[in-house]
Amino acid sequence: MCTVCGCGDAHAHPHQHEHGDEHAHGHGEHGHHHHFGLGEAGLHVSGMSQERIVRLEQDILARNHRHAAENRGYFQNHGILALNLVSSPGSGKTRLLERTLTDLHPRFRMAVIEGDQQTQNDAERIRATGCRAVQINTGKGCHLDAHMVGHALESLEGLEHGILFIENVGNLVCPALFDLGEAAKVVILSVTEGEDKPVKYPDMFHRAALVLINKIDLLPHLEFDLARCVDYVRQVNPHAEILQLSATTGEGMPAWCGWVEKRREALLAEEVARYERQIAALKAELVR
Amino acid sequence: MHELSLCQGIVDAIEAEARKQDFRRVRCVQLEIGALAGVDGDALRFGWELVSPGTLAEGAALDIVSVPGSAWCFDCQETIEVENYYDPCPRCQSHKLRVSGGEQLKIKQLEVE
Repeated sequence: MCTVCGCGDAHAHPHQHEHGDEHAHGHGEHGHHHHFGLGEAGLHVSGMSQERIVRLEQDILARNHRHAAENRGYFQNHGILALNLVSSPGSGKTRLLERTLTDLHPRFRMAVIEGDQQTQNDAERIRATGCRAVQINTGKGCHLDAHMVGHALESLEGLEHGILFIENVGNLVCPALFDLGEAAKVVILSVTEGEDKPVKYPDMFHRAALVLINKIDLLPHLEFDLARCVDYVRQVNPHAEILQLSATTGEGMPAWCGWVEKRREALLAEEVARYERQIAALKAELVR
Repeated sequence: MHELSLCQGIVDAIEAEARKQDFRRVRCVQLEIGALAGVDGDALRFGWELVSPGTLAEGAALDIVSVPGSAWCFDCQETIEVENYYDPCPRCQSHKLRVSGGEQLKIKQLEVE
């Protein structure tokens, strides 16, 4: 069931969500192998209960994966860079976003999807910067899923070639499993937390493209071992990029904003290459 | 506690399959869970007891088949076993690894009637 609108049945959304699993397919497709009537004795006696084995071989997250793929397709078709920001509660995600939006304004179209269990507070803080924001309240939910994000996109039209920041629910465990269709996960770790967070929550840090170490202006007052923290990130995820910053003083902000711009440029370059291939194919048709 | 939504996902998948395959009761659900899938077996069982009552999977046993994590070690040029993402290669202690298995979260099969 949908946590945003409570919808449980098939109804049309702008980018064609499937609700439920009613998609038609023949038996034997998608790697399904159904064995009918294969009870213990291999017999079927009419009127008697018979156990049988139904092979599913289905990913438990299949439904989320489908919605994530739809979101990814939407982002690709509209040239939108979508970043999934994850962290523990209180790492300074919203403050960082406020600062980022202000620093990148007015060069890019930007919007924010805010995920929290309750309240509109974060969306209101984002709107105060002049940026559009949609608040998703997950209620009892501990993470955003791709379906919720798909619904939020309905009210974020006109973001072509822009940047979408998705601020996930403050939680370093559950959001790790739920692909939202984003281009990259960005984990924010503040120095007021322990430096061993990466190894305590390896699932999340393993999936991150970028780790932002936030609140570095507080380092002189803390016993946070920065070098060790970086080392822990490397253990869990040798490929993650790591940047240090303070959303309060602005130190390190240009590097982070530069990272975002670089990702967006790469995305646009891919789009250009796609168009160029199409043009080349069309030209080839012409000279035939 | 994402295990709760995973259990809901399992029930949804079972109900969709029941419509296609015409079964009314599930006695056992076999899952394949990788060691690196980020899922706790006990939490999953706990979630199952909360989510399955009132569905056609009520009372169904959860048979969890665990699959160890594996990774490719770039230094040893071999596949090795890992329990966590932060584990080094047991042979050379390197962290230059690429996880190659043990991340699955799968419903393998159902015992139905």
